[in-house]
Amino acid sequence: MKDEPFAITLDVGSSLANKTGTWRTERPVYLNRMPPCNAGCPAGENIQQWLYDAEDGDYGRAWRTIMADNPLPAVMGRVCYHPCQSACNRGQLDEAVGINSVERFLGDQALASGWSVPPAEVDSGKRVLIIGAGPSGLSAAYHLRRLGHEVVIREAGPHAGGMMRFGIPSYRLPRDVLDAEIDRIRAMGVAIHLNSHVPDALTAMRDGDFDAVFLAVGAHIGKRAYIPAGESAKILDAVTLLRDTDAEDPPQLGRRVVVYGGGNTAMDAARTAKRLGAEEAVVVYRRNRDKMPAHDEEVQEALEEGVLMQWLSTIKQVDEGSITVEKMELDDNGFPQPTGETETLDADSVVLALGQNVDLSLLDEVPDLEIEDGVVKVDEHMMTGYPGIFAGGDMVPSERTVTVAVGHGKLAARCIDGWLRDEPYVRPVRPEPALFEDLNTWYYTDAPRTHRLKLDAIRRTDDFAEIREGLDEVTAMFEARRCLSCGNCFNCDNCFGVCPDNAVRKFDLHSAAGDNGRDYAFDLDYCKGCGICVSECPSGAIRMVPEET
Amino acid sequence: MNDRLKFYQVGSFAVGNRLAEEGQKVQSRPDRTNALNSGHRACQGCGEALGARYAVDAAVAAADGKLVAVNATGCLEVFSTPYPETSWRIPWLHSVFGNAPAVAAGVAAAMRAKGTPEVRVIGQAGDGGTVDIGFGTLSGMFERNDDVLFICYDNEAYMNTGVQRSGATPPAARTMTTQAVGPHPGQPFGQGKDMPRIAMAHDIPYVATASVSDLHDLEHKVTKAMSMHGARYLHVFVPCPLGWGAASKDTIRIARLAVQSGLFPLFEAEHGHITSVTKIRKQAPVEEYLKLQRRYSHLFGEHPDTETIEHIQRIANGNIERYELLPDAEDDR
Repeated sequence: MKDEPFAITLDVGSSLANKTGTWRTERPVYLNRMPPCNAGCPAGENIQQWLYDAEDGDYGRAWRTIMADNPLPAVMGRVCYHPCQSACNRGQLDEAVGINSVERFLGDQALASGWSVPPAEVDSGKRVLIIGAGPSGLSAAYHLRRLGHEVVIREAGPHAGGMMRFGIPSYRLPRDVLDAEIDRIRAMGVAIHLNSHVPDALTAMRDGDFDAVFLAVGAHIGKRAYIPAGESAKILDAVTLLRDTDAEDPPQLGRRVVVYGGGNTAMDAARTAKRLGAEEAVVVYRRNRDKMPAHDEEVQEALEEGVLMQWLSTIKQVDEGSITVEKMELDDNGFPQPTGETETLDADSVVLALGQNVDLSLLDEVPDLEIEDGVVKVDEHMMTGYPGIFAGGDMVPSERTVTVAVGHGKLAARCIDGWLRDEPYVRPVRPEPALFEDLNTWYYTDAPRTHRLKLDAIRRTDDFAEIREGLDEVTAMFEARRCLSCGNCFNCDNCFGVCPDNAVRKFDLHSAAGDNGRDYAFDLDYCKGCGICVSECPSGAIRMVPEET
Repeated sequence: MNDRLKFYQVGSFAVGNRLAEEGQKVQSRPDRTNALNSGHRACQGCGEALGARYAVDAAVAAADGKLVAVNATGCLEVFSTPYPETSWRIPWLHSVFGNAPAVAAGVAAAMRAKGTPEVRVIGQAGDGGTVDIGFGTLSGMFERNDDVLFICYDNEAYMNTGVQRSGATPPAARTMTTQAVGPHPGQPFGQGKDMPRIAMAHDIPYVATASVSDLHDLEHKVTKAMSMHGARYLHVFVPCPLGWGAASKDTIRIARLAVQSGLFPLFEAEHGHITSVTKIRKQAPVEEYLKLQRRYSHLFGEHPDTETIEHIQRIANGNIERYELLPDAEDDR
């Protein structure tokens, strides 16, 4: 006899017994791709991450994310030429995210709230001398201090800041902002000795008992060009003009000022001349606007302020009250060629903005250095030919911007740290790029960019007041929320929602309890490998990989 | 009608929104019912499995967990309940192919008789069980105004039995019984029926169309339907990767293109009158929709059948005109 009656109905079982994961030939995996903003940032900021932090309104966390890479967010938010925005994928959708203005907002929040980063927890017992308190020197000092090293900066000038102070006019970077960010670095225990010229790097290193040196003296010598000039002709260079203006001892330029050169410094010089009372500021440049090295934004602002541009011209002769220029034309290779045609312009003074040279005299006694085109060559660890002496910023071959210099400082700090610990710094491998094609842009709301206001052009040439206003909180948050989070999960729940097999688990926000520290995990017992989660992930943070056979 | 959250980087269209306190979708909740549980035997990327979980989870949430489902024969029934397993985490009855609406009406009557009218009833079926085989009982359920929400998951053919045409198969589509041969390959033009409009003709309290590509819209409509009583009808567009010859990863994309091209209009109607339409956000030509599916592959290739494609475009344009699907000029959502 059977215990059970014949042909009994079985109890209801759950389909969970059916592990449909065995059907799969490909599995989804979460990944982080490199967003174009991060890839384009010379300071190596994790922009996508700090925009994510700012979206919640957690500005402190967002600011600390910036500070992991860059100690000068309020400065950056004003003077950076934001290659991140040029690279932004949102530019292909409507308009790039206004990253720079959000950074400024966060930097200003930090200054207003007195936020700081915790000091180093360790003391390495090592001493590093930094020569020059410009952006690369300050950045290196900050990062070395956070790594537990003792840092002394020697600055030849009367103030810290380098070209941020002596090269960038205060209408772009107010001095109280610069001072506050430098003071924050100083408060971390970085000693900055001002008016402390270093005649010889090796002696300074030996006498101060330093384990390593970071050279960051910048490029402060204005290049001169030979121009025939009458005795009473007034010629000066742009670096001197900008420095003396900052020192509130501006030179007398007269009513008509000619600036010679086409870079950012030329724009700064012309705009400064207007503010010093010149009725007319004319930029004379040998090529045309397309070939001008100055950033478009600066050219545009200069034009708005009434600066005049004389393209395709070189200065042949400077006399009292006038100059002679020769017209140029571009040849097939884009090089300017003289035409022999000349004209005379009224000019009370001529400002040369033809680039800057580095004062390398402190390296005369240092052996084994390689110097090329007036700058010091460094290896991939930012180290010069002399062991223990590193260099960065404008004095090494590179693009000369504040952001690049800050990036140099960070990299140099990591390399110096590695060198001091005898564990050479290894740069992390970059993940694959997050391309526009990796995104599913359907899920992003159409949202135009919030532009920062500029002071009316007519008002802003009167004085050196800052010409851009910051964003208020609402617009800064809006702008942050325009970020597409390219290549990185931003907790949109799409994978969790769109799986026909409920094979995605969701955990608490920021619990990092899922796959590889995410808040989601794939349940491979049931995932059939359809790939819908990959197709519908807005940010391209999932991909399919073949199952091992 | 469809409350989208104010601008967030995410959330306006994605499933969830980490930045919003309120208005979270049922599907973004970790404690959602998962009415149709893992381990079901639907194909990879099944639109119907996804649509059924979307709709039933929302209905369960709206009914405060007190929900009975009646299911006609079809893919959904077969893949969810191979004896002795079930994927359903709610009380669920399988009727036969043609009588699910009648059985659902009976369950609703039983709940009333038992004195538990708070237990709500849904009936569900594929397009075959709805527009063809169950049509008579469905029409009866409508005209009696029985208190049932009937949901049709429309994948435009009899998929479970091997992709035979149904009354919901669209023109030019290839099925096993409308092969891509002859002068007019695929399903002939001028056949089939428009079930949502037929339902509207019954003047029942609520009729709506929805798509697996727009979860926000779908959950809104299920929730609204569950807030009402009497006969209600929801027609959900659910692509079938196997029957349509599409990549499993493209299920939602195809559904989205059906809506954005105008081929599948999203609207709501109450007592026979249209009360709202979901506007097209990014209009797409029908080719984009058709090209992703091998059931239309005879329209493309070296000698595209532009005449037929234009005919299908005219159908889409007709929908756009009839339901006024294009956004108003000043509508800058």
